Amino acid sequence: MALEVGGITIETDEEGYLANLTDWNEEVAGEIAKAENVAMGPNHWEVVNFLREYYNEYQIAPAVRVLTKAIGKKLGADKGNSKYLYELFPYGPAKQACKIAGLPKPTGCV
Amino acid sequence: MLHIVNKSPYERNSLTSCLAHAGKGGALILIEDAVYAATRGNVAESAIRRALGDLPVYALGPDLEARGMQGSVIDGVKVVDFGGFVELVAEHRTNQSWL
Amino acid sequence: MTQTSDRIGEDEDAPGVVKKFMFVNRKAPYGTIYALEGLEVVLISAAFDQDVSLAFLDDGVYQLVKGQQTKGLEVKNFSPTYRALEGYDVEKLYVEREALEARGIREDQLLVPVQVVSAAEMAELMEQQDLIVGF
Repeated sequence: MALEVGGITIETDEEGYLANLTDWNEEVAGEIAKAENVAMGPNHWEVVNFLREYYNEYQIAPAVRVLTKAIGKKLGADKGNSKYLYELFPYGPAKQACKIAGLPKPTGCV
Repeated sequence: MLHIVNKSPYERNSLTSCLAHAGKGGALILIEDAVYAATRGNVAESAIRRALGDLPVYALGPDLEARGMQGSVIDGVKVVDFGGFVELVAEHRTNQSWL
Repeated sequence: MTQTSDRIGEDEDAPGVVKKFMFVNRKAPYGTIYALEGLEVVLISAAFDQDVSLAFLDDGVYQLVKGQQTKGLEVKNFSPTYRALEGYDVEKLYVEREALEARGIREDQLLVPVQVVSAAEMAELMEQQDLIVGF
Protein backbone atom coordinates (compact mmCIF):
# COMPACT_ATOMS: atom_id res chain seq x y z
CA MET A 1 0.00 0.00 0.00
CA ALA A 2 1.02 3.60 -0.38
CA LEU A 3 -0.01 7.14 0.48
CA GLU A 4 0.12 10.21 -1.78
CA VAL A 5 1.22 13.37 0.01
CA GLY A 6 2.07 16.51 -1.92
CA GLY A 7 2.90 14.50 -5.04
CA ILE A 8 5.22 12.15 -3.15
CA THR A 9 4.42 8.47 -2.75
CA ILE A 10 4.91 7.16 0.76
CA GLU A 11 5.08 3.44 1.39
CA THR A 12 2.88 1.85 4.07
CA ASP A 13 2.16 -1.70 5.17
CA GLU A 14 -1.12 -3.45 4.41
CA GLU A 15 -2.73 -1.90 7.49
CA GLY A 16 -1.63 1.62 6.67
CA TYR A 17 1.31 1.96 9.09
CA LEU A 18 4.28 3.80 7.57
CA ALA A 19 6.94 1.48 6.20
CA ASN A 20 9.69 4.02 6.98
CA LEU A 21 9.37 6.02 10.17
CA THR A 22 11.48 8.80 8.70
CA ASP A 23 8.80 9.51 6.08
CA TRP A 24 6.64 11.13 8.72
CA ASN A 25 5.78 14.82 8.87
CA GLU A 26 2.67 16.70 9.91
CA GLU A 27 1.30 16.67 6.41
CA VAL A 28 1.67 12.89 6.22
CA ALA A 29 -0.02 12.63 9.62
CA GLY A 30 -2.90 14.70 8.29
CA GLU A 31 -3.34 12.37 5.31
CA ILE A 32 -3.35 9.25 7.50
CA ALA A 33 -5.85 10.92 9.83
CA LYS A 34 -8.09 11.77 6.89
CA ALA A 35 -8.05 8.14 5.78
CA GLU A 36 -8.96 7.16 9.35
CA ASN A 37 -11.79 9.73 9.52
CA VAL A 38 -10.14 11.49 12.44
CA ALA A 39 -10.45 15.28 12.43
CA MET A 40 -7.20 16.41 14.01
CA GLY A 41 -7.57 19.06 16.72
CA PRO A 42 -5.06 20.31 19.34
CA ASN A 43 -5.93 17.42 21.66
CA HIS A 44 -5.24 14.89 18.91
CA TRP A 45 -1.89 16.50 18.15
CA GLU A 46 -1.00 16.47 21.81
CA VAL A 47 -1.38 12.68 21.92
CA VAL A 48 0.35 12.15 18.58
CA ASN A 49 3.29 14.30 19.66
CA PHE A 50 3.42 12.51 22.98
CA LEU A 51 3.63 9.17 21.17
CA ARG A 52 6.45 10.41 18.96
CA GLU A 53 8.39 11.61 21.99
CA TYR A 54 7.82 8.28 23.71
CA TYR A 55 9.05 6.43 20.64
CA ASN A 56 12.13 8.60 20.32
CA GLU A 57 13.03 7.91 23.90
CA TYR A 58 12.26 4.18 24.14
CA GLN A 59 12.18 2.93 20.54
CA ILE A 60 8.79 1.25 20.97
CA ALA A 61 5.17 2.26 20.64
CA PRO A 62 3.71 1.90 24.13
CA ALA A 63 0.95 -0.53 25.04
CA VAL A 64 -2.37 1.26 25.61
CA ARG A 65 -2.19 0.75 29.36
CA VAL A 66 1.32 2.21 29.48
CA LEU A 67 0.37 5.11 27.22
CA THR A 68 -2.67 5.96 29.36
CA LYS A 69 -0.59 5.99 32.53
CA ALA A 70 2.21 8.03 30.97
CA ILE A 71 -0.21 10.60 29.54
CA GLY A 72 -1.88 10.91 32.93
CA LYS A 73 1.49 11.63 34.47
CA LYS A 74 2.42 14.25 31.91
CA LEU A 75 -0.87 15.87 30.89
CA GLY A 76 -3.09 15.26 33.91
CA ALA A 77 -5.57 12.66 35.09
CA ASP A 78 -8.41 14.10 32.98
CA LYS A 79 -6.43 13.03 29.91
CA GLY A 80 -4.82 9.91 31.30
CA ASN A 81 -7.81 7.64 30.90
CA SER A 82 -9.00 5.40 28.12
CA LYS A 83 -12.35 7.19 27.77
CA TYR A 84 -10.60 10.42 26.79
CA LEU A 85 -8.24 8.64 24.41
CA TYR A 86 -10.99 6.60 22.76
CA GLU A 87 -13.06 9.74 22.25
CA LEU A 88 -10.15 11.24 20.32
CA PHE A 89 -9.32 8.02 18.51
CA PRO A 90 -12.45 5.84 18.34
CA TYR A 91 -10.58 2.80 17.00
CA GLY A 92 -8.09 3.03 19.84
CA PRO A 93 -4.89 4.89 20.58
CA ALA A 94 -2.83 1.98 19.25
CA LYS A 95 -4.69 1.42 16.02
CA GLN A 96 -5.16 5.08 15.15
CA ALA A 97 -2.92 7.39 17.15
CA CYS A 98 0.22 5.32 16.56
CA LYS A 99 -0.60 5.07 12.89
CA ILE A 100 -1.10 8.83 12.60
CA ALA A 101 2.11 9.38 14.58
CA GLY A 102 3.94 7.28 12.01
CA LEU A 103 4.91 4.60 14.52
CA PRO A 104 4.81 0.85 14.10
CA LYS A 105 1.96 -1.08 15.64
CA PRO A 106 2.55 -1.41 19.38
CA THR A 107 4.24 -4.63 20.46
CA GLY A 108 1.68 -7.09 21.73
CA CYS A 109 -1.26 -5.36 20.11
CA VAL A 110 -3.48 -7.86 18.34
CA MET B 1 13.13 -27.90 39.02
CA LEU B 2 13.95 -29.89 35.90
CA HIS B 3 16.83 -28.33 33.98
CA ILE B 4 16.88 -29.04 30.26
CA VAL B 5 20.08 -28.58 28.23
CA ASN B 6 20.13 -29.07 24.46
CA LYS B 7 23.49 -27.65 23.34
CA SER B 8 26.83 -29.39 22.98
CA PRO B 9 29.17 -28.41 25.84
CA TYR B 10 31.79 -27.54 23.20
CA GLU B 11 29.56 -25.14 21.35
CA ARG B 12 28.00 -23.21 24.24
CA ASN B 13 28.38 -22.69 27.96
CA SER B 14 24.75 -23.69 28.62
CA LEU B 15 25.70 -26.84 30.56
CA THR B 16 28.29 -25.04 32.68
CA SER B 17 25.89 -22.22 33.45
CA CYS B 18 23.08 -24.64 34.20
CA LEU B 19 25.24 -26.64 36.62
CA ALA B 20 26.28 -23.42 38.36
CA HIS B 21 22.62 -22.68 39.12
CA ALA B 22 21.06 -26.12 39.53
CA GLY B 23 20.30 -26.78 43.15
CA LYS B 24 19.94 -30.02 45.06
CA GLY B 25 16.48 -31.48 44.63
CA GLY B 26 16.44 -30.59 40.97
CA ALA B 27 17.19 -32.82 38.03
CA LEU B 28 19.04 -32.42 34.73
CA ILE B 29 18.14 -33.89 31.38
CA LEU B 30 20.48 -33.72 28.39
CA ILE B 31 18.79 -33.74 24.99
CA GLU B 32 19.72 -33.07 21.36
CA ASP B 33 23.42 -32.08 21.04
CA ALA B 34 23.78 -31.93 24.82
CA VAL B 35 23.78 -35.74 24.95
CA TYR B 36 27.48 -35.60 23.99
CA ALA B 37 28.06 -34.33 27.53
CA ALA B 38 26.58 -37.58 28.86
CA THR B 39 29.31 -39.66 27.25
CA ARG B 40 32.61 -40.98 28.66
CA GLY B 41 36.08 -39.82 27.80
CA ASN B 42 35.55 -36.15 27.13
CA VAL B 43 36.19 -32.93 28.98
CA ALA B 44 32.58 -32.57 30.15
CA GLU B 45 32.70 -35.93 31.92
CA SER B 46 34.12 -34.60 35.18
CA ALA B 47 31.42 -31.91 35.34
CA ILE B 48 28.71 -34.52 34.86
CA ARG B 49 30.27 -36.81 37.48
CA ARG B 50 30.34 -33.93 39.96
CA ALA B 51 26.73 -33.05 39.12
CA LEU B 52 25.67 -36.65 39.78
CA GLY B 53 26.59 -36.11 43.41
CA ASP B 54 23.95 -33.38 43.68
CA LEU B 55 21.14 -34.33 41.35
CA PRO B 56 19.97 -37.08 39.01
CA VAL B 57 21.15 -36.71 35.41
CA TYR B 58 19.18 -38.09 32.48
CA ALA B 59 19.92 -38.29 28.77
CA LEU B 60 17.43 -38.75 25.98
CA GLY B 61 17.94 -42.20 24.40
CA PRO B 62 16.77 -41.40 20.86
CA ASP B 63 19.23 -38.50 20.71
CA LEU B 64 22.11 -40.72 21.94
CA GLU B 65 21.23 -43.41 19.43
CA ALA B 66 20.91 -41.00 16.53
CA ARG B 67 24.46 -39.85 17.26
CA GLY B 68 25.89 -43.34 17.80
CA MET B 69 26.63 -42.52 21.44
CA GLN B 70 24.40 -45.08 23.13
CA GLY B 71 27.37 -47.31 24.02
CA SER B 72 29.43 -44.73 25.89
CA VAL B 73 27.05 -43.21 28.44
CA ILE B 74 28.66 -42.24 31.77
CA ASP B 75 27.75 -44.63 34.62
CA GLY B 76 25.00 -43.11 36.72
CA VAL B 77 23.39 -41.15 33.88
CA LYS B 78 19.96 -42.60 33.28
CA VAL B 79 18.80 -42.99 29.70
CA VAL B 80 15.11 -42.20 29.12
CA ASP B 81 12.86 -42.33 26.08
CA PHE B 82 10.41 -39.58 25.06
CA GLY B 83 7.79 -40.94 27.45
CA GLY B 84 10.32 -40.78 30.28
CA PHE B 85 11.16 -37.19 29.37
CA VAL B 86 7.47 -36.27 29.56
CA GLU B 87 7.21 -37.96 32.96
CA LEU B 88 10.18 -35.96 34.24
CA VAL B 89 8.58 -32.70 33.10
CA ALA B 90 5.35 -33.71 34.85
CA GLU B 91 7.14 -34.72 38.08
CA HIS B 92 8.80 -31.35 38.56
CA ARG B 93 6.91 -28.20 39.52
CA THR B 94 8.91 -26.09 37.08
CA ASN B 95 11.42 -26.57 34.31
CA GLN B 96 14.02 -24.39 32.73
CA SER B 97 15.53 -24.67 29.26
CA TRP B 98 19.13 -23.49 29.03
CA LEU B 99 19.34 -22.48 25.37
CA MET C 1 -11.53 -7.25 21.21
CA THR C 2 -13.28 -5.30 23.94
CA GLN C 3 -14.95 -8.45 25.18
CA THR C 4 -11.66 -10.31 25.29
CA SER C 5 -9.99 -7.61 27.35
CA ASP C 6 -13.00 -7.49 29.69
CA ARG C 7 -12.63 -11.18 30.32
CA ILE C 8 -8.93 -10.80 30.97
CA GLY C 9 -9.83 -8.07 33.45
CA GLU C 10 -12.08 -10.46 35.34
CA ASP C 11 -9.40 -13.12 35.48
CA GLU C 12 -6.94 -10.63 36.90
CA ASP C 13 -9.31 -9.83 39.70
CA ALA C 14 -9.68 -13.47 40.66
CA PRO C 15 -7.57 -14.30 43.72
CA GLY C 16 -4.42 -16.34 43.50
CA VAL C 17 -3.83 -16.17 39.77
CA VAL C 18 -0.75 -13.95 39.82
CA LYS C 19 2.22 -16.13 38.95
CA LYS C 20 5.92 -15.49 39.19
CA PHE C 21 7.39 -15.32 35.69
CA MET C 22 11.11 -15.07 35.16
CA PHE C 23 12.69 -14.36 31.81
CA VAL C 24 16.31 -15.49 31.74
CA ASN C 25 18.55 -13.65 29.29
CA ARG C 26 21.84 -15.35 28.48
CA LYS C 27 22.69 -14.01 25.03
CA ALA C 28 24.43 -10.87 23.83
CA PRO C 29 22.40 -8.45 21.69
CA TYR C 30 22.61 -8.25 17.85
CA GLY C 31 24.61 -11.46 17.25
CA THR C 32 21.42 -13.48 17.47
CA ILE C 33 17.74 -12.57 17.66
CA TYR C 34 17.30 -14.02 21.17
CA ALA C 35 17.76 -10.76 23.11
CA LEU C 36 15.29 -8.73 21.05
CA GLU C 37 12.73 -11.54 20.94
CA GLY C 38 13.05 -11.98 24.68
CA LEU C 39 12.46 -8.28 25.27
CA GLU C 40 9.35 -8.33 23.09
CA VAL C 41 7.96 -11.31 24.96
CA VAL C 42 8.53 -9.46 28.23
CA LEU C 43 6.63 -6.41 26.95
CA ILE C 44 3.74 -8.59 25.81
CA SER C 45 3.61 -10.59 29.03
CA ALA C 46 3.49 -7.35 31.03
CA ALA C 47 -0.07 -6.91 29.75
CA PHE C 48 -1.17 -9.91 31.79
CA ASP C 49 -0.34 -8.42 35.20
CA GLN C 50 1.88 -11.23 36.42
CA ASP C 51 4.81 -10.94 38.80
CA VAL C 52 7.50 -10.55 36.12
CA SER C 53 11.22 -10.50 36.71
CA LEU C 54 14.19 -10.49 34.34
CA ALA C 55 17.47 -12.25 34.95
CA PHE C 56 20.67 -11.41 33.10
CA LEU C 57 23.51 -13.89 33.24
CA ASP C 58 26.34 -15.09 31.00
CA ASP C 59 26.47 -12.93 27.83
CA GLY C 60 22.98 -11.62 28.65
CA VAL C 61 24.60 -8.89 30.75
CA TYR C 62 25.90 -7.33 27.51
CA GLN C 63 22.29 -6.42 26.66
CA LEU C 64 22.29 -3.76 29.37
CA VAL C 65 25.56 -2.01 28.56
CA LYS C 66 25.25 1.74 28.00
CA GLY C 67 26.32 3.45 24.79
CA GLN C 68 25.03 0.98 22.20
CA GLN C 69 25.02 2.56 18.72
CA THR C 70 23.73 0.53 15.80
CA LYS C 71 23.73 3.06 12.97
CA GLY C 72 26.69 1.38 11.31
CA LEU C 73 24.95 -1.98 11.38
CA GLU C 74 21.65 -0.53 10.19
CA VAL C 75 19.71 -2.55 12.75
CA LYS C 76 17.39 -1.25 15.43
CA ASN C 77 19.07 -0.20 18.67
CA PHE C 78 16.70 -1.72 21.20
CA SER C 79 18.73 -0.85 24.28
CA PRO C 80 16.57 2.25 25.10
CA THR C 81 13.59 -0.08 25.42
CA TYR C 82 14.97 -1.55 28.65
CA ARG C 83 14.36 1.89 30.16
CA ALA C 84 10.67 1.59 29.22
CA LEU C 85 10.23 -1.52 31.37
CA GLU C 86 9.57 0.54 34.49
CA GLY C 87 6.51 2.06 32.75
CA TYR C 88 5.34 -1.49 32.07
CA ASP C 89 5.65 -2.21 35.82
CA VAL C 90 8.55 -4.57 35.19
CA GLU C 91 10.91 -3.44 37.92
CA LYS C 92 12.75 -6.58 39.00
CA LEU C 93 15.92 -6.77 36.96
CA TYR C 94 18.50 -9.14 38.41
CA VAL C 95 22.04 -9.16 37.04
CA GLU C 96 24.54 -11.82 38.03
CA ARG C 97 27.69 -10.48 39.64
CA GLU C 98 29.89 -13.32 38.36
CA ALA C 99 28.79 -12.62 34.78
CA LEU C 100 29.62 -8.90 35.14
CA GLU C 101 33.01 -9.61 36.70
CA ALA C 102 33.99 -12.21 34.11
CA ARG C 103 33.36 -9.61 31.41
CA GLY C 104 34.90 -6.66 33.21
CA ILE C 105 31.63 -4.74 33.33
CA ARG C 106 30.81 -2.46 36.26
CA GLU C 107 27.29 -1.77 37.48
CA ASP C 108 27.65 1.92 36.56
CA GLN C 109 28.07 0.89 32.92
CA LEU C 110 24.52 -0.47 32.81
CA LEU C 111 21.72 1.60 31.31
CA VAL C 112 19.02 0.81 33.87
CA PRO C 113 18.95 0.42 37.65
CA VAL C 114 19.35 -3.27 38.48
CA GLN C 115 19.85 -5.53 41.44
CA VAL C 116 23.22 -7.25 41.26
CA VAL C 117 23.04 -10.74 42.79
CA SER C 118 25.44 -13.66 43.17
CA ALA C 119 25.01 -16.88 41.19
CA ALA C 120 23.79 -18.56 44.38
CA GLU C 121 21.17 -15.84 44.92
CA MET C 122 20.16 -16.11 41.26
CA ALA C 123 19.68 -19.87 41.65
CA GLU C 124 17.51 -19.17 44.70
CA LEU C 125 15.39 -16.65 42.74
CA MET C 126 14.93 -19.20 39.98
CA GLU C 127 13.68 -21.76 42.48
CA GLN C 128 10.95 -19.32 43.61
CA GLN C 129 9.41 -18.97 40.14
CA ASP C 130 6.28 -20.55 38.74
CA LEU C 131 7.50 -20.23 35.18
CA ILE C 132 10.93 -19.68 33.69
CA VAL C 133 11.44 -18.79 30.06
CA GLY C 134 14.97 -18.73 28.71
CA PHE C 135 16.35 -16.67 25.87
